[in-house]
Amino acid sequence: MLLKEATSDQMDEIIARYPRSRSAIMPLLHLVQSIEGFVTPQGIELVASKLGLSTAEVSGVATFYTQYKRRPVGEYHVGVCTNTLCAVMGGDAIFAGLKEHLGIGNDERTSDGKVSLEHIECNAACDYAPLIMVNWEFFDNQTVESAKALVDSLRDGEPPAPSRGPDRLPTWKENSAVLAGLNDGHANEGVQAGPASLVGLEIANRQIPEIGEQR
Amino acid sequence: MKLTPVLSANWDQKDLFTIDGYRRNGGYSAMKKALAMEPAAIISLIKESGLRGRGGAGFPTGLKWSFIPQGDGKPHYLVVNADESEPGTCKDMPLLLANPHVLIEGVIIASYAINSNQAFIYVRGEVVHVVRRLQQAVADAYAAGLLGKNIDGKGYDLDLVIHAGAGAYICGEETALLDSLEGFRGQPRLRPPFPAIAGLYACPTVINNVESIASVPAIINGGVAWFASMGTEKSKGFTLYSLSGHVKQPGQYEAPLGITLRELLELSGGVREGHTLKFWTPGGSSTPLFTAEHLDVPLDYEGVASAGSMLGTKALQIFDETTCIVRAVLRWSEFYQHESCGKCTPCREGTYWLVQILKDLEAGKGTEEDLDKLLDLCDNILGRAFCALGDGATSPITSSIKYFRSEYIAHLTAGQCPFDPVASTLFAGVNA
Ligand SMILES: Cc1cc2nc3c(=O)[nH]c(=O)nc-3n(C[C@H](O)[C@H](O)[C@H](O)COP(=O)(O)O)c2cc1C
Ligand code: SF4
Ligand code: FES
Repeated sequence: MLLKEATSDQMDEIIARYPRSRSAIMPLLHLVQSIEGFVTPQGIELVASKLGLSTAEVSGVATFYTQYKRRPVGEYHVGVCTNTLCAVMGGDAIFAGLKEHLGIGNDERTSDGKVSLEHIECNAACDYAPLIMVNWEFFDNQTVESAKALVDSLRDGEPPAPSRGPDRLPTWKENSAVLAGLNDGHANEGVQAGPASLVGLEIANRQIPEIGEQR
Repeated sequence: MKLTPVLSANWDQKDLFTIDGYRRNGGYSAMKKALAMEPAAIISLIKESGLRGRGGAGFPTGLKWSFIPQGDGKPHYLVVNADESEPGTCKDMPLLLANPHVLIEGVIIASYAINSNQAFIYVRGEVVHVVRRLQQAVADAYAAGLLGKNIDGKGYDLDLVIHAGAGAYICGEETALLDSLEGFRGQPRLRPPFPAIAGLYACPTVINNVESIASVPAIINGGVAWFASMGTEKSKGFTLYSLSGHVKQPGQYEAPLGITLRELLELSGGVREGHTLKFWTPGGSSTPLFTAEHLDVPLDYEGVASAGSMLGTKALQIFDETTCIVRAVLRWSEFYQHESCGKCTPCREGTYWLVQILKDLEAGKGTEEDLDKLLDLCDNILGRAFCALGDGATSPITSSIKYFRSEYIAHLTAGQCPFDPVASTLFAGVNA
């Protein structure tokens, strides 16, 4: 389907959410990625015409943000956190292991188009280190071996469910649509809180109230 | 000291993240109370509670709200900062996964208090399931008449948009966030004017962190005295401390402000078996490092500041003796270089040179003068950069040279890094 036909109404709907149309540029770029897989020249043109901007203005915004891709990524985009904490806890070893295992480097894609690889910055899950994100879903507490098994299953078309996410791992394009603001109806799937999110609460619940202490 | 789960109190309750689950646990009762109050009375109450912003700077929340001009005829906006990207920080995302409605309830109360009819939640784009939970919570709140026109029959209107970012740490800086939300490259703005006067679309705007706004319903329900019964003189209340790294039980620990790392480690089982604490961040990588000598520093705004660092986001990243300080600092510096928005020279150029020098040092190739060069560069960034990202980039470097100068030198003497990176992994000796 042509990008324009696929998204024109959705684009209008997204634009209508904002007091000023230009604010819709980021969701519209996510929407372009949901159809095209990355930010294509046609995508830039469409967003520019929808918002009454020049293509240079839209490109200028698209290139500022790392989640907007200028080249196709895999159906499953694998991000290995190599910010300090994850790196030290094993992220560096995992990233090196995956590069070797897949035979690709940073920002590259396997020849079957299934998997692409990127090292990412802290993804707000340090208590689940070492962390891998696939299509921006959480895969917690990884090891070199578990990471290799993970990408193997992605290539075999049998993606496992994320640690804290929907029951079925969505594709890159499907998740781009969610980021564009289109609710996919999977919010109620998956855990409410992972184990590390609950340790403090569990310890608190076991603490014995001090004598004479009031609640 | 005891843990005091309030924000996290019901994270183990069934279906808390749904609107029914939240209501079953008392959700939206604070909103009912608040909508029956005068907006100014809510601002006073939040001021009196002593709540301070949980996004890093600790600015008093009620005071911030009171800066919004009233009767100015302009639209007012509330923008929630859910960009959570400061390395080490991992509290807002689990909060939103487990309880998105508490944020929405807080948004309704805060928007009503500042006379705003349009609010936004700017959530980082790299966490799709969090975005989903927020989208569903907003849809359910609309369907229940808690958002939209005539909320709860009280004649108050509020629209709320979930806006997903696209990967840029700098967009957590509040004025860069506003530029990003307006549809531009996310670069910080000159201040003044402050957002309270000219924020989103040049209109009065309050920007608050997720945890700050999520704390509001509990304060409305519990009252000022209850809130102030926790915490210290100038840092009131409960907060989420995020423990990560070489500890037995990493995770979220909600405690009164002023708890110490020693207490948190005792409660949580301590550093991983057979190892000792080497260095830690009190509030993310932008806050100067601490060591074992800081175990008893009260983790409140004043306590951490007087020990030479900042409470920041209360992101306690713990590293044991197997970790190479130079490697850790280099990696953080690469992060700042990558995330520098390029607007000002000290940060754009400075972070580049910091990384070059640190790379050499890590490889054992530099000289001792390079340490002075690093400190010199930091001197030229700190206070001269356009925004706090540049300042933050200097924190790990200056603090690590202060506490671990000899370890830098050891790299030079050995002509290489003297550490075994395998020893510091979680799976050391297992399958690395
Ligand atoms: C580089 C940089 C990144 C920041 N990232 C965040 C963030 O992700 N979340 C956040 O709430 N505040 C962040 N801040 C702080 C915000 O600028 C702002 O102070 C905060 O959102 C105000 O909310 P509060 O008063 O409720 O803490 C960041 C600041 C800087 C300089
Ligand atoms: S300090 Fe860095 S991030 Fe901040 S405005 Fe300057 S270049 Fe941009
Ligand atoms: S350092 Fe990897 S998630 Fe924070």
